[in-house]
Amino acid sequence: MVDFFTQHILSFAIWLPILAGILVLFTANDAKPGATRWLALLGSLASFAVTIPLYTLFNFADGGFQFQEGFQWIASFNIHYHLGADGIAVPLILLTSFTTVIVVIAAWEVIEKRVAQYMASFLIMSGLMIGVFSALDAILYYVFWEAMLIPMFLVIGIWGGPNRVYATVKFFLYTLLGSLLMLVAFIYLFHQTGSFEIVDYYRFPMPLHVQVLIFLAFFAAFAVKIPMWPVHTWLPDAHVEAPTGGSVVLAAIALKLGGYSFLRFAMPIAPDAAHHLSGFMIALSLIAIVYIALVALVQKDMKKLIAYSSISHMGFVTLGFFIFNSLGLEGAIVQMISHGFISAAMFLAVGVLYDRVHSRQIDAYGGVANTMPVFAAFAVLFAMANSGLPGTSGFVGEFMVILGAIQVNFWYAFLASFTLIFGAAYTLWMVKRVFYGEVANQHVAELKDLNKREFLILATLALLVLGLGVYPQPLTDMTNATVTQLLSHLAQSKLPAGL
Amino acid sequence: MTMQQIYLAIPLLPLLAAIIVGLCGKFLPRAAAHIVTITGVGVSFVLSAYVLNHAMTAAPYNETVYSWLKSGNFSFEIGFLIDRLSAMMMVVVTFVSLMVHIYTIGYMAEDRGYARFFSYISLFTFSMLMLVMSNNFMQLFFGWEAVGLVSYLLIGFWYTRPTAIYANLKAFLVNRVGDFGFLLGIGLVLFHFGSLDYSAVFSVAPQMADTKVNFIGDTYWSLMTVTCILLFIGAMGKSAQVPLHVWLPDSMEGPTPISALIHAATMVTAGIFMVARMSPLFELSSTALSFVLIIGSITALFMGFLGIIQNDIKRVVAYSTLSQLGYMTVALGVSAYSVAIFHLMTHAFFKALLFLGAGAVIMGMHHDQDIRNMGNLKKYMPVTWITSLIGSLALIGTPFLSGFYSKDSIIEAAKFSTITGSGFAYFAVLAGVFVTAFYSFRMYFLVFHGKEKWREIKHDGAHHDEHHHGLSPTEDPHEPGWVVKLPLVLLAIPSLFIGYLAIEPMLYGDFFKKVIFVDSDQHPAMYALAHHWHTIFHSPAGMALHGLLTLPFALAASGVGLAWFFYMKRPDIPEMIQKRFSAIHCILENKYGFDSFNDRVFAAGSRLIGNKLWLIGDVKLIDGVVVNGTANLIGRLSRVVRKLQSGMIYHYAFAMIIGVFFMLSFYTLKF
Repeated sequence: MVDFFTQHILSFAIWLPILAGILVLFTANDAKPGATRWLALLGSLASFAVTIPLYTLFNFADGGFQFQEGFQWIASFNIHYHLGADGIAVPLILLTSFTTVIVVIAAWEVIEKRVAQYMASFLIMSGLMIGVFSALDAILYYVFWEAMLIPMFLVIGIWGGPNRVYATVKFFLYTLLGSLLMLVAFIYLFHQTGSFEIVDYYRFPMPLHVQVLIFLAFFAAFAVKIPMWPVHTWLPDAHVEAPTGGSVVLAAIALKLGGYSFLRFAMPIAPDAAHHLSGFMIALSLIAIVYIALVALVQKDMKKLIAYSSISHMGFVTLGFFIFNSLGLEGAIVQMISHGFISAAMFLAVGVLYDRVHSRQIDAYGGVANTMPVFAAFAVLFAMANSGLPGTSGFVGEFMVILGAIQVNFWYAFLASFTLIFGAAYTLWMVKRVFYGEVANQHVAELKDLNKREFLILATLALLVLGLGVYPQPLTDMTNATVTQLLSHLAQSKLPAGL
Repeated sequence: MTMQQIYLAIPLLPLLAAIIVGLCGKFLPRAAAHIVTITGVGVSFVLSAYVLNHAMTAAPYNETVYSWLKSGNFSFEIGFLIDRLSAMMMVVVTFVSLMVHIYTIGYMAEDRGYARFFSYISLFTFSMLMLVMSNNFMQLFFGWEAVGLVSYLLIGFWYTRPTAIYANLKAFLVNRVGDFGFLLGIGLVLFHFGSLDYSAVFSVAPQMADTKVNFIGDTYWSLMTVTCILLFIGAMGKSAQVPLHVWLPDSMEGPTPISALIHAATMVTAGIFMVARMSPLFELSSTALSFVLIIGSITALFMGFLGIIQNDIKRVVAYSTLSQLGYMTVALGVSAYSVAIFHLMTHAFFKALLFLGAGAVIMGMHHDQDIRNMGNLKKYMPVTWITSLIGSLALIGTPFLSGFYSKDSIIEAAKFSTITGSGFAYFAVLAGVFVTAFYSFRMYFLVFHGKEKWREIKHDGAHHDEHHHGLSPTEDPHEPGWVVKLPLVLLAIPSLFIGYLAIEPMLYGDFFKKVIFVDSDQHPAMYALAHHWHTIFHSPAGMALHGLLTLPFALAASGVGLAWFFYMKRPDIPEMIQKRFSAIHCILENKYGFDSFNDRVFAAGSRLIGNKLWLIGDVKLIDGVVVNGTANLIGRLSRVVRKLQSGMIYHYAFAMIIGVFFMLSFYTLKF
């Protein structure tokens, strides 16, 4: 039994939440949402528990795929159910299963309509996203990639705000376009290699123009997901319309699917193209960091502001990828994990206010610290983390990427460092207007401070943000070997001999 | 206890106290807040004193505490470098912090946020200790930003006041501008030296002296110059040098104890400490030193002028702090690092004293801070009066007092320096002496002597907020209790004697021998200073006696005299001057226009650009033209095939997955 489990940890990680979600759906009784909530919590906790061995059993010296399992799925197409996780995937899988627990608790009394469907959507989505992070077969990956959109559409479409239809259609259009091109790339690669094994693609040499096309096809899919400038405009709309849980998952995990996929597909499959186009990718990243930060500064809606802040922070991820050194690459990974905690916390904080006042507008608040001092303390902590204050996780990734970038070109680091000023400006200005000052209106005067449930989730995230900031080494120990291996792979040209 | 445990305990005790009081303050009795934190800081101070004593004989301690992060060939560590420089800083920080803790019991006695305040100042003490004890650039940056955070929290401590929450945001952002440079400097250090460890960097620095780097086109710049200037930009933010000084006067919105601790004695001197710590790097670039020198001179003189026209008691002291930070920076610029640190130390005592004295006056005046409403307080607040007088005399450089030794040494060092800009610097620090004496004693006479002006002001009945009541005409000011007076007395003692006692070992002995590096061939000021000492002064008393006959003393005396004449004898003259030279007064009133420039250009400019990028870039171009354009096109097409479509988004997604399999089967048929 134990052997069976340790040989199939990833399958458990994927299917346990999905089965739990289905169970929640079928046992639901609208008259007794309490039971549904407890079942969902149990399911999410169990799903988190099965991912913990990925850390405890992880071989830190091995940069390749671990926990591999698989069998042939569709023989005629040579498609395999092949799973495996390396030092980049494991932290993201843990982040996913952890965030799902948070989302379930955060929804506890907030979601009153269709509780079972809501909880089930998140449980199923969690399994599917873990599938994306652990699939080693291109088609399996693609199925998970597309399938996870369905619960996300449902979440925004059913529990979303008034303008949810526009937001979902926009989200859909963007992702559709990108995904289709990625599919074309897979089919081309299958045609060339006769395999859907991702590892086979790593070894497959291609001339530069083919690599560039493959890279751009992947770019279309992943850049939308991250999102990179200029294909980012779906994100603020989706966030604004999504319920709190939807925003949390979107920001904390969904965006990382794009970042992860660059490392899993675009860069190792087309390394020469990645080098060839690195200037372009760096330019887009720097635009995201500076341009989007300025846009964030003038937002009036808290969720939009945090959404833009996410895009700006993800600019550090792509910048870190395309400077091709270990500080940059590992910094980008740290940034992804850290952003998972911080953005989740920020969206949850907006949710705390929204549940009470039903407004996301900054000017609907003022002086919240007077009536919610504990909440204000958390908000200031997370705002500082979002501004990249040392001692919080927000600092680590940005610091590493900036130090990595300066080794490539001083001006990359120069532009990226603007985040020190702008990141603090938009975050703390929002804090000032929402939390400080005299009590602005009757709504604020009537606010009640955090309840135990809200305190629990924010305190957990606060501990993680501080823990990762004070001692990030456990995380980089996981990624070290994989990043070293990836960098040496990226350094080797895959152009066919003689070309 | 081993030494290593002591080093760990010194910063961790205040941190622990801050956490206990910060998290449990609500559940503990009020007194617990100060008992816990004072115990923490008190023990820290005793241990620091022990460490300083130990460092006098022991070799420097330089060890890693734990490994923070490893990536590729780089490793980042948390570690301590305990030598005489850091040990001395630890003593100064913990001593002033302890005084401020005690004082706070009285000053914040009635405040709602009593526990919160103690938690913050203990957290500050931890952060500042981590900064000075660091053995590498990264931890330095950690402490650097952490003290900035606590400064932010404390300036905005009374978070309902609009001015306070404006000031704290401004302080944080202006400091971030400095940190922008600082971080890039650290990045260049890591890139070119392969490490962020001080000892590793300093040992290879001399070999890098001639390295050129190329930034734009074909221009090559000296690596050392670029790195040092970038690092110094960080110091300009933290130590409030022109043009990044704008946050410090506004920071006076915070409660007075933290003005003393953070915005006078310790945090703002972090930049000075940093440059002194980096002396092996700065010595390799005369250009960077000239830059430092000129910025420092401008700050020393021009910020002093602004002190003359301030009427808020705390702002006078704040501008005086700016000016004194300029003096320290001048000392750095002329390679007299030990003099800068010496002035940092004496200034920490007498400026903390002046701020705490100002706080006592504010308490006595029932939170009226306008010196025009004060007068004759010597009658009601004798301890505050005497200690403030000592502080003021030390500040203006009265011979035998601590400020004299450090300030006069800076002036002498500027005189002996040969570096570009030293002529201007010498003029600036000399003129600054007169200005300092004038504004210090203007305040002193207005506050402690003359008529009891609060008896004459009419109360307009307009409502005063919680912290600005002022004294009614019939009330007498009262001196606060011993928790306020004790720190004043304990700070007055070093303000009197520390200069006399410390000058010889610190400047001319071997106190900083292995810590501070000076290239005497290139930058001979310090060497000349030592020569002067050994041939002419011989002793602290000799220097003081000699000082009575020199120009700085004459300038200081005439500054005091003029202040007495203007504000005690002929109060009509300053008014007349103000009217006659209204243009100059206007420039000073507007603080040379830095604030309005920043507001109009940087703050408003960023918002304008942000709005344009958002409304034109995102909304109009990307969404309007590309996205919705495509959507409309699809919409038009779909009108034709609408009947096939359900309009449910998840149907589309299902269709896509099915489509994948469809396409794959198409492939198999082909093969």
